[in-house]
Amino acid sequence: MKPLLDIRGLVVEFDTPEGVVKAVNGLDVRLAEGETLAIVGESGAGKTQLMLAVMGLLAENGHAHGEALYRGRDLMQMSPQELNRIRGSDIAMIFQDPMTSLNPYLTIETQMVEVVMHHQGLKRDEARAHAVEMLRAVRIPDPEERIRQYPHEYSGGMRQRVMIAMGLLCEPDLLIADEPSTALDVTVQAQITELVRELRERTSMAIVIITHDLAVVAELSDRVIVMYAGEIVEAGSAEDIFYRPQHPYTRGLLASVARLDKASDDELHAIPGNPPNLQDLPTGCHFRDRCGQATERCKRPPPLWLDDTGRLSRCVLPMAGGRLQAGQILPPEPDGAAADEDAAAPGGEDA
Amino acid sequence: MSKPVLRVQDLAVSFRSHTGGLLHRQEREIRAVDGISFELFAGETLGIVGESGSGKSTLARAILGLVKPNRGRVMWLGENLTALDDESMRQRRNEMQIVFQDPVASLNPRMTAGDIIAEPLWTFYPNMDRVQVDERTRGMMKMVGLLPNQINRYPHEFSGGQCQRIGIARSLVLNPRLIICDEPVSSLDVSIQAQIINLLQDLQRKLGLALIFVAHDLSVVRHISDRVLVMYMGQAMEVSAKTALYRRPLHPYTNALIKSVPVPDPRLAAAARRESWLTGDMPSPFDRPRGCIFHDRCPFRVRRCAADVPALRRMESGDWVACHRAEELDLTVR
Amino acid sequence: MTTDAEQRTADPSVEDAFTAALAEKDERGRSLWIDAWHRLLKNRAAVVSGVIMLLMLLAVLIGPMLLPWEGDFTDWDHTSSPPSLETGHWFGTDAVGRDILVRTLEGGRISLLVGLVATLVSLAIGVTYGAVSGYYGGLTDRIMMRAVDIVYALPFMFLVILLMVVFGRNIILIFVAIGAVNWLDMARIVRGQTLSLKSMEFVEAARACGVSHQAIIRRHIIPNLLGVVMVYVTLTIPQVILVESFLSFLGLGVQEPMSSWGALVADGAQDMEYAPWTLFFPAAFLTVTLYCFNYIGDGMRDALDPKDRL
Repeated sequence: MKPLLDIRGLVVEFDTPEGVVKAVNGLDVRLAEGETLAIVGESGAGKTQLMLAVMGLLAENGHAHGEALYRGRDLMQMSPQELNRIRGSDIAMIFQDPMTSLNPYLTIETQMVEVVMHHQGLKRDEARAHAVEMLRAVRIPDPEERIRQYPHEYSGGMRQRVMIAMGLLCEPDLLIADEPSTALDVTVQAQITELVRELRERTSMAIVIITHDLAVVAELSDRVIVMYAGEIVEAGSAEDIFYRPQHPYTRGLLASVARLDKASDDELHAIPGNPPNLQDLPTGCHFRDRCGQATERCKRPPPLWLDDTGRLSRCVLPMAGGRLQAGQILPPEPDGAAADEDAAAPGGEDA
Repeated sequence: MSKPVLRVQDLAVSFRSHTGGLLHRQEREIRAVDGISFELFAGETLGIVGESGSGKSTLARAILGLVKPNRGRVMWLGENLTALDDESMRQRRNEMQIVFQDPVASLNPRMTAGDIIAEPLWTFYPNMDRVQVDERTRGMMKMVGLLPNQINRYPHEFSGGQCQRIGIARSLVLNPRLIICDEPVSSLDVSIQAQIINLLQDLQRKLGLALIFVAHDLSVVRHISDRVLVMYMGQAMEVSAKTALYRRPLHPYTNALIKSVPVPDPRLAAAARRESWLTGDMPSPFDRPRGCIFHDRCPFRVRRCAADVPALRRMESGDWVACHRAEELDLTVR
Repeated sequence: MTTDAEQRTADPSVEDAFTAALAEKDERGRSLWIDAWHRLLKNRAAVVSGVIMLLMLLAVLIGPMLLPWEGDFTDWDHTSSPPSLETGHWFGTDAVGRDILVRTLEGGRISLLVGLVATLVSLAIGVTYGAVSGYYGGLTDRIMMRAVDIVYALPFMFLVILLMVVFGRNIILIFVAIGAVNWLDMARIVRGQTLSLKSMEFVEAARACGVSHQAIIRRHIIPNLLGVVMVYVTLTIPQVILVESFLSFLGLGVQEPMSSWGALVADGAQDMEYAPWTLFFPAAFLTVTLYCFNYIGDGMRDALDPKDRL
């Protein structure tokens, strides 16, 4: 089945006074219809820039190369007008801070109705009715009345719900949510998550969630991509990532999250070191200066392990059930010992 | 039982807010903190949990006198801080310190890390000579996990986590007995959060500090606290020992909070729908519910709750709760 | 697969690195000012303007000493003569035979001096006033700012002219008069910045450490104001020079034999038809100076990017 969104070889760079910085370094991402994909990473991972690039929303000093095929059409090659037509109606994007994403000088009604009239060509009263229905769907009380209010008259949680309503107004096939719950209280988060689940069941919308909050990932995603320093270091189904993490970074992340369902007395397993500085990355594996299992081999770029289900790991450590990407060789062991048997790649050599 | 180092009694802080246009100017009162009482013992960690609008940050500042309370007392080592004049209070500041939420904003961008950490020393020990100050500063940096040779670097040259370490070093340099941490890890990456939490626990053990840890993240609070105070709209809903609180919360709001916390585990997440343990949104601070301040969102409310304000009372277990139905309800977390 | 315990503590190579790093020398910090300076150097307009201003400064300071005649020397052989290399009057002469080049350079001394001194006066008064008013807030702030509003409402030119008439055309008085009015803007700007700085967490942190009010203003408020103040200063200097020029044009500026660009422009305007060089050169110097300061000011504002400041 053709993927809804097919990103190939995406590279995003920024011109800074200190030189060119690569925020995203050659990414391949595939999203099927109706699927929920989570992109997980911390600062410097490049996850937001990835999506901004695809949507044509990069800052002025940013450049992107590669392909981003939405239903077969390359978003990266489209003119601003074409992109404008797709943004909002086919692909909607919700940003992190609802306070700054809504125009404080316009009523909710104005902001919503304009969007609907523009994208769906409805008349004003039809558009208004549609907007009110959307507000009702996201459980805003008294939507008929409240639609006439201004953003500051809503609470933070309600504003986020309005953002979601605005994103859904044109019934998009793909919703991109950037840190949707980070700025929200936990009780509000719970409501939003429920809401998203409901919407998913009713429509067949695909969702991309960009977040560093593993709990939100566990709640909503089908598949997960873990990014570090602009690269994908691991990918797989939610089950795979949470119960059988392969990459040391993923493992470290999972171990460092405080959890209500585990004993609270042990020390948290912290990943040592600091988040990556994109202008000063370690050679070879970018994670090696923080990895408890790094060896000399890691000074060379690590190979990519794959399997048929889309499971992926970028590490010298072999992935269970995986094979090396064609043409790649496993770097030799530091003491010259024979590499693992899994290292044999189709057409490749034994290290 | 030893005496508490800190006793907060019925502390209240209100702000005035002017609303309405030119014609109907109204001055309304926002009760950010509305009568909080608790005790804290040496070496203990009290977690203060609440969502936005709960008043927890204001409470933290009121305890330290950075905000003037309208009512109530803060007893520190037996002395009433709220009755002190500015100068006397200033002299006590070396005993209690604060670590802020935004590590970058809490550091003066024009001062070096060393100067930032040394400033409290200059203030309290103006006669300390430069060599001593330098030694102590470097010692502090090592203690919080920073390399002393970075002493001349500026905040923008450090990462967020490192900036927070500088903030922690600054708070420790005067050997305080109490440190209030106001959401110290919320702005940090997940992997760095764990580092900072470990550091704080480590330092507490080594130095015998009393710690107040204000946060909205229940999982983190559970990890670090001995007892937990749950706040809602400026009032205390519950003050319980950690294990008891998370196993069997006494107050419906605590219950809602705990049940709302997502767990990073897909199977558990699928099984436990985070059902609505509370309804509606937090009321506007201008429109405070009568009776129990939580009643309009509480799934367990009865008629009495809309009329009578429940007092914070002591249960058999030694924990405190402000709920009329605390004895009947069984909110054990399953 | 390492056990959890082993994974938790940093692996040996990290530990070794830490221990080794402890023994290293102190690293040098890179302050925000240095960053801003580097950014400024990349701004071509600002750098060119800076160079021109330096040359201008050199010219007005040293130039007159190198030239064969003084500003008040009248060369009766060459009155109102156009610029030429043979006569030695490269900028020509005015109606009484005074060399325009020397006059322009000496006039430049006065104009630049007024610009600098008046600005410094307004800086000193304005920054202190604004910082104090903004920091202490409340009634103090309201009173102080109302005072500024009242003085602001008074017609400046009228006041200066009044002062000139009453006290005579004294160059010190000119500095004072101009400085005394410009500080108002500076005070407002500084007060605004102080208000926003006051609520910054690092100021709160300083209070929590018991730092005194004076020390907070000194260490935390003023250094973080300097960026805005510096930009404003570079934009004030040309303003002040222009004001002085205007006064001179009205005949109220510096008295003969001292001259300023404004006075020269006033004189030149009278002889414009038959001796345009008497107007052109002083006007050109004046204009170039104004442009240069503006470019430098703009460059500084861009260099001190808000992203870096607060």
